[in-house]
Amino acid sequence: MNEQVAESEGVQLDAAVGSVEQASQALREAFPGKVRPDEREGYEGVIVDADALVDAALFLRDQLGFRYLSSVTGVDYANDGLLESVYHAYGAESGALVFKVQVGCGNPEIPSLVSVWPSANFQERESYDMYGIRYAGHPNLQRILTWEGFAGHPMRKDWREPYYEEEHKPFKTRHPDGGVFRAEDRNPFGRNVQYSPGFDPAKWEDIAQSAVYDGLMREVKEEGLQTETITVNVGPQHPSTHGVLRVVVVLDGETVVDLMPVLGYLHRNHEKIGERCTFPQIIPYTDRLDYICSMSNGLGYVLAVEKLIGIQPPERAEYIRVIMAELTRIVNHLMAIGFLWNDVGAYFTPVIYAFNERELILDLFEMVSGSRMMCNYMRVGGVFEDLPAGWMEKARALVYDRLPRFVDEFHRLLSENEIWRSRSMGVGILPAEQAVAMGASGPLLRASGVPYDIRRVEPYSIYDRFDFDVVVRHNADVYDRFLVRMEEMRQSLRILRQAMNQIPAGPVQTGKKNWTMKVPAGEAYHRIEAPKGELGFYLVSDGGSNPWRYHVRSTSMINLTPLAEMCRGHKIADVVVILGSIDITLGEVDR
Amino acid sequence: MYGLGILKGLSVTLKHFVNTYVDDIKWGFAKRYTPEALLVRQSAEARGVFTVQYPEEVLLPQERFRFVPFLVYEGTDEDRQYRCTACGICAKACPPQCIWIVRAKDPETGKPLRRPAEFYVDIDICMNCGSCAEYCPFDAIQMDHDFELADHDRETAHIHDLQRLGKPVEYYAKIRPTYYAAEQEAKAAKAARAAKAKAARRKDK
Ligand code: SF4
Ligand code: SF4
Repeated sequence: MNEQVAESEGVQLDAAVGSVEQASQALREAFPGKVRPDEREGYEGVIVDADALVDAALFLRDQLGFRYLSSVTGVDYANDGLLESVYHAYGAESGALVFKVQVGCGNPEIPSLVSVWPSANFQERESYDMYGIRYAGHPNLQRILTWEGFAGHPMRKDWREPYYEEEHKPFKTRHPDGGVFRAEDRNPFGRNVQYSPGFDPAKWEDIAQSAVYDGLMREVKEEGLQTETITVNVGPQHPSTHGVLRVVVVLDGETVVDLMPVLGYLHRNHEKIGERCTFPQIIPYTDRLDYICSMSNGLGYVLAVEKLIGIQPPERAEYIRVIMAELTRIVNHLMAIGFLWNDVGAYFTPVIYAFNERELILDLFEMVSGSRMMCNYMRVGGVFEDLPAGWMEKARALVYDRLPRFVDEFHRLLSENEIWRSRSMGVGILPAEQAVAMGASGPLLRASGVPYDIRRVEPYSIYDRFDFDVVVRHNADVYDRFLVRMEEMRQSLRILRQAMNQIPAGPVQTGKKNWTMKVPAGEAYHRIEAPKGELGFYLVSDGGSNPWRYHVRSTSMINLTPLAEMCRGHKIADVVVILGSIDITLGEVDR
Repeated sequence: MYGLGILKGLSVTLKHFVNTYVDDIKWGFAKRYTPEALLVRQSAEARGVFTVQYPEEVLLPQERFRFVPFLVYEGTDEDRQYRCTACGICAKACPPQCIWIVRAKDPETGKPLRRPAEFYVDIDICMNCGSCAEYCPFDAIQMDHDFELADHDRETAHIHDLQRLGKPVEYYAKIRPTYYAAEQEAKAAKAARAAKAKAARRKDK
């Protein structure tokens, strides 16, 4: 068995024809009058007419090679009475081609792109849920994060939460006249829910639930035993769903016929909270997305804001950011592998060994940022504070000595275990073509043989300065995802060693740090290679100090899209293993 | 041979198992939780058991560790001179908006004074982000190290008022020695500069 990492070319995303500029030119020529450049100040990409959308998307995918649809989201331009659906598509080595569709608020309907890019599936549902944009032709257009009885579409500008105080923070009541109140008194339990007009909880029938059940595939058997399928709910309170995820599984005996993840149990309308906040105030909230990787979340967000403003952090801060992001990757992969082993039944030995090392890294995080998990360390234009005295020595001892030895030991402990191999090899296969089409990213995509790593194809921060290999494997099963993570830890250590050797002295902040800032009008999308995959932040500013639109392209949620595909035909016990191999955090799935 | 991989793995487990005893003997069972021992046991040299028996054994927080804020006062407990000037920056910067400040007013003229009459932090809402301490221009509000805030009555105890929030400057100096030293140094430098400027002015006259 070849344990070495395959460094070959593998299945490629099709190379995009020429640059993004040329592509959008070609698109405009192919659809004259239907596709026009977005000429708003600070905006990019093209605006497509709704009736030409599907054709334009097919043209983009098949003729121009934009085979990866990264993000779909809505924006409410309430002042213009418009709703907009924004798409970011990528080719193998190209930047984003941004295209948008605008519709009036009254009857917003846009053709669905699920048939072109299946990765749009959950994202269009989210956009429908949040904005009420109906995607015609979507196979299952239902709310995804809120429940069916929910009143209104919460991301619309005219929607107000039950504890609403003002449009934007800071709220006027806080100073100078105090007026303290307990949040619970103002917003008592039971009244913190808004029902649709005419809604009576007592008489309510949960059609949505039956729709979930009815929507799933069932086999009608012609031959053999006429057994009936059964439907089982795994979760939302199930130890191996890694949080409050519910998976509805249709079983034939022990074999999975179909399944569907049901999301939203941890939904807290992160994006609305973000739009109420000033730009820097959002940073601590991003920690709570994927709470295992708060450092990389913060990094992704501040990079998006910096892109919008057009500033650069100082050199030292860049290095510190990379160091923190790579340490986070190690933390994440340690946990992902440890909990994956819990899922196969190696109860807690591997995960506790992994936690030992994680503790030591979290000590480092606590030293620099003051918190082990909710780091709140990145700042727009820099980082919170410089490394404290003694930090580098501690980190060096870990990165040069302890962690490399640990990764080797972890390999010895796990990789050759026969039980593990028989549970993971050939389980949960996700072919490269499908992985790309379904928007998989991160180790999930690379284990399917697609050498796609944003640090390499579209280097952000200073990743272009480091030597590292993009880890690829080709069997596309659970075992390969495990090995990709193992090897990525080694590559992270490699980057860390280089960064620690090269880090210069100097300031860690550009300009003055402030809790509020004016950000020029425009839009920006920035994505990073977070430990779990592609984490993107889409921001629209109207020139004020609060984002007009703040959207998180959630890796974990979109990586759940191929779950059903991977599980069909396997045993129910494999579902938890496959789910574990995707590596999700519910804080980020539900936001 | 089938099973070799499992045996290989078990050898790792065995090593860890033995290590815990070696480590125990090295420290002498009772001394594993002394501050000196913890310094090693929380470093890359750590071997053996990682867990501690909280609350009997408590790991020391790092200097920058942050938990719900407190207000620094100078002077004694009876005569508290809060550093806070009631400027309101922390209340504005606080992401979940859980700080409420009532600025003191001169009882005769009604003019606002540079100190708080009331100051509240709702610690149920506080997300321990540290923004208040970060942006306070007077180092008046600081993040605490005391995380043991469990309570029987959340109805009344979880909104900290001025009395509850106040902690003496000595406490601040104790939990954040480097920050306090830097602050004192900056103050001394400023005083020296002022004195020099004064002397220069006197000479000019
Ligand atoms: S604690 Fe600091 S920021 Fe807050 S009101 Fe007082 S002086 Fe201003
Ligand atoms: S720590 Fe953060 S949330 Fe808590 S009071 Fe200070 S600013 Fe507000």
